[in-house]
Amino acid sequence: MKKVWMVLPVCAFALGACVTINIYFPAAAAEKAADKIIEEVWQQTDKPVIKESK
Amino acid sequence: MKTMFKFLLALLALTAALNVFAAADLEVNTPGVNAIKNSMQARHAQLAGYYDSGAVGITMDGMISVRDAGSIPLAARQSVNALVAAENKDREALYAEIANANGHPEWAPEIRSTFAQRWTQRAQSGWWVLTNNGWSQK
Repeated sequence: MKKVWMVLPVCAFALGACVTINIYFPAAAAEKAADKIIEEVWQQTDKPVIKESK
Repeated sequence: MKTMFKFLLALLALTAALNVFAAADLEVNTPGVNAIKNSMQARHAQLAGYYDSGAVGITMDGMISVRDAGSIPLAARQSVNALVAAENKDREALYAEIANANGHPEWAPEIRSTFAQRWTQRAQSGWWVLTNNGWSQK
């Protein structure tokens, strides 16, 4: 039963790591999401729309 | 000891699951987000001309603002103001909605600043964007 006291801190650390991962703001994913929404709102393709001249 | 092993295994699975979650995309395909997006898309048809003329510009905080009211015909000024106000309300709601949809309402300010950068960067040439040195035309 002594081993419990060795494993417990490890568990606590692992659990803490999980929470930390989850708290971080996923900047890259947010950028991707923003691009997707902006494209749709502004009806852009990847390139800026070039006006057709007659 | 068996219980402890099981516990550790569960913890490992949980860690793995959360790792996957953290790496995944932000959820933006919810009814709430889509409704705001559609509303903004419809409004854009009315706003586009004012972006082109420079009457309306993109600010640094993920919003838009009337930049040159003088270039808007007097009769249309009121409606442009209303358009800008409605757009900003939608944008505010959009950032909050994305944060909520991902279970992190506290992310709204970061989502807003991410959008702010992307709106500015993706603005078409000729449109006006606010920078630290004032308005600048793309």
